[in-house]
Amino acid sequence: MSPPVLHHAEGWTPVSFLDFSRITKTYPGVKALSDVSFGVDKGAVHGLMGENGAGKSTLIKILSGDQHGDEGEIRIDGKVQTYASTRDAFDNGVIVIHQELQLVPELTVAENLSLGRFPASAGIIARRRMLEDVGAKLKAAGIDIDIGRKVKTLSIGERQMVEIAKAIMLDARVIALDEPTSSLSSRESEILFALIDRLRGEGKVIIYVSHRLDEVFRLCDSLTVLRDGKLAAHHASLKDVTRDQVVAEMVGREISDIWGFRPRSSGEVRLKVDTISGSKLKTPASFEARAGEIVGFFGLIGAGRSELMRLVFGADPRSGGTISVDGKIVHATDPHDAIRAGIVLCSEDRKHDGIIQGRSIEENINISSRRHHTRFGVLNRASEIATADTFIRKLKVRTPSRKQDIINLSGGNQQKVILGRWLSEQGVRVLIVDEPTRGIDVGAKSEIYELLYQLAEDGMAIVVVSSELPEVMGICDRILVMCGGRISAELSRNQFAEKAILAAALPDTKTPDAIAS
Amino acid sequence: MTDQLKKILLGEQGLVVIFIVAFALVSLLVPNFLTDRNMLGLLQSVVTVGIVACTMMFCLAARDFDLSVGSIVAFAGMVAVMASNYTGSIMLGLLAAIACGGFVGFINGVVIAKFRINALITTLATMQIVRGLALIASDGRAVGINSPDFYQLALSKLLGIPTPVWVLAVLFCIFGFVLNRTVFGKNTLAIGGNPEASRLAGVNVDWTRIWIFALQGVVCGIAGILLASRITSGQPNAAVGLELSVISACVLGGVSLAGGRATMSGVIVGVLIMGIAENAMNLLNIPAFYQYIVRGVILLLAVLLDNLRSSALGRR
Repeated sequence: MSPPVLHHAEGWTPVSFLDFSRITKTYPGVKALSDVSFGVDKGAVHGLMGENGAGKSTLIKILSGDQHGDEGEIRIDGKVQTYASTRDAFDNGVIVIHQELQLVPELTVAENLSLGRFPASAGIIARRRMLEDVGAKLKAAGIDIDIGRKVKTLSIGERQMVEIAKAIMLDARVIALDEPTSSLSSRESEILFALIDRLRGEGKVIIYVSHRLDEVFRLCDSLTVLRDGKLAAHHASLKDVTRDQVVAEMVGREISDIWGFRPRSSGEVRLKVDTISGSKLKTPASFEARAGEIVGFFGLIGAGRSELMRLVFGADPRSGGTISVDGKIVHATDPHDAIRAGIVLCSEDRKHDGIIQGRSIEENINISSRRHHTRFGVLNRASEIATADTFIRKLKVRTPSRKQDIINLSGGNQQKVILGRWLSEQGVRVLIVDEPTRGIDVGAKSEIYELLYQLAEDGMAIVVVSSELPEVMGICDRILVMCGGRISAELSRNQFAEKAILAAALPDTKTPDAIAS
Repeated sequence: MTDQLKKILLGEQGLVVIFIVAFALVSLLVPNFLTDRNMLGLLQSVVTVGIVACTMMFCLAARDFDLSVGSIVAFAGMVAVMASNYTGSIMLGLLAAIACGGFVGFINGVVIAKFRINALITTLATMQIVRGLALIASDGRAVGINSPDFYQLALSKLLGIPTPVWVLAVLFCIFGFVLNRTVFGKNTLAIGGNPEASRLAGVNVDWTRIWIFALQGVVCGIAGILLASRITSGQPNAAVGLELSVISACVLGGVSLAGGRATMSGVIVGVLIMGIAENAMNLLNIPAFYQYIVRGVILLLAVLLDNLRSSALGRR
């Protein structure tokens, strides 16, 4: 191995407080990072953007000591950092706050914050001292949380605060936040932003990984964009940078209209859901979707959209009502009945309900549709390979081979594989997609929208559940709004108005129907 | 050089390589190991473990667990002997044994899949119940075989190789095929990989699990028959602790306890490694007490190796 020669990207100054220099990391079959260099000054919030699979997570993992780069080095305050473990990084003041929070639910906030460093004498925790220490630090940082509460009783936003408090307790010099707002309400996000502003004022280095341009422009002083593991752009200041420019840097091309909506004519009623209910959806719900139509379901998290879709798909037991496809009643008590009736669902939680970890792309695609090609339960290998290859090509799944374990793909590519699973089915009439583009980068998003239009043009009825208002307004022909477990409004495309939709989605509204009309 | 070695040992076929090396070493170092007689003896000694490992592989691959196999083997052996003594027909005895085994497995499966009771607890319970049935049926004593034809099952040879070894080989082939080339096998692996996602992908998870346990019972029935034939009687205390040997062999063969990962070749190698270790220790006159330690150490090493392999593959 030759010694790393410093060669810097534009805008990179080798005297920054935190320096990444020539970081390179190769995984089997993929070059996750190649030759990435940039620096961040003290007291700066530095954005890190890029599509899924661009190398953001890998970079953060290397920073946190979870993984080691093959080449290159990280310097803090001029000193080269070599971490044997995340614990090592911790001790050097580098703290990464992941999307999955790492707190012990059964312990209190104060206990979580003192974990590993309990003030104690002879092994007995000095409770009062612990509470005083933690209370003082949190007060100084302006975090307002009852430290006596158990973490399991906190909201996700509050838990995130506790994670950041942990960083403050440890006198972190560098704090990296990985998609911190992905599960926060906008009010919780604002509290988080205020806290980040305060940390900036204290001279911390903050690395802010996010998909959301609004947040990055609102919060960050400087920005690095990664693409395909390489440094695509480094902006030392965001003053003269436009959003379109950043998007173009992320995807490597201009995307003018990411929705690309195409008007279609719709046909007969394909899916008719009549007053169905279940244990998680008490109010009976009814709706229809026509052939060629894209119907959107908008609502806040917990409005009952996913629960309704799970009932339609037979994933949860239905306590009443009927579902029919093309006029024929569907007696689905289990997903495999629904699939046979032509209804398929791409779940919201890809990791838990979608992908089958440890198995190949090929198997993930063929798991359902293979029954059309088997004889006496014996697989038809040739047809399975052909099916897998067809959908990998058609859906532009980026992978070295169909044998790749699905867990190694980026979120967007996993989503495409799951779409492939259903498109390889024969006779799908109703496609339900729940949060189809959650955690997916811009480029893959427009590919998925395009696919939905094509399927609708071919006569499928498509139901899109989404929490992103611009998305449902951008791609749907009709929007149904849900609130508190019931459908509160219905609008056709020419009636779309942000205000009306949001009003119908908010629980406080007394007469949502009146507002929607 | 060490990188090369690491790559081989931690690769797909690492276990096979280790097996070949171990086999070669034992052949060279242990006198009388590589003889026809000893080889046949070795194979016969792994028949019970090997047969049961075929379906235990499916159980583990689907994230389940079956502790009742040892009891079912003893019970099925007992049923085979008593039923053929009673009816005078060996065929009826064998069918009764297989049916009883399958029935116990089916009950396991229904309780686990439909009533959602933890597999460990369920099979811990049936393990005791079935052992109790075997003891009650025989009044706690061994039941001798009346018809000499029954002995012939274990004694007879085809092309110089004992019938039980053929049965084992055939089952290895069948279950290897079932795992890799049938919907049932693929669904089993998918369930182990992610049960909820499999259900939402249209896999009939409950029935697949029930089938796995029922098959496990049937296969235990076959193992019980061959064991009874070899020891020329139905022994209510036969095959105690079998479940641990079988699970060890599977884990040694790279079957993941977290589900979703299993290969037939791995399991075969796992079974043979356990057999060779025991056989070599016997040839070297190592006292039985020490053999427990060696077996435990082998298992620990295998799990460590598996762990290394998983992290080398970059999987979490």
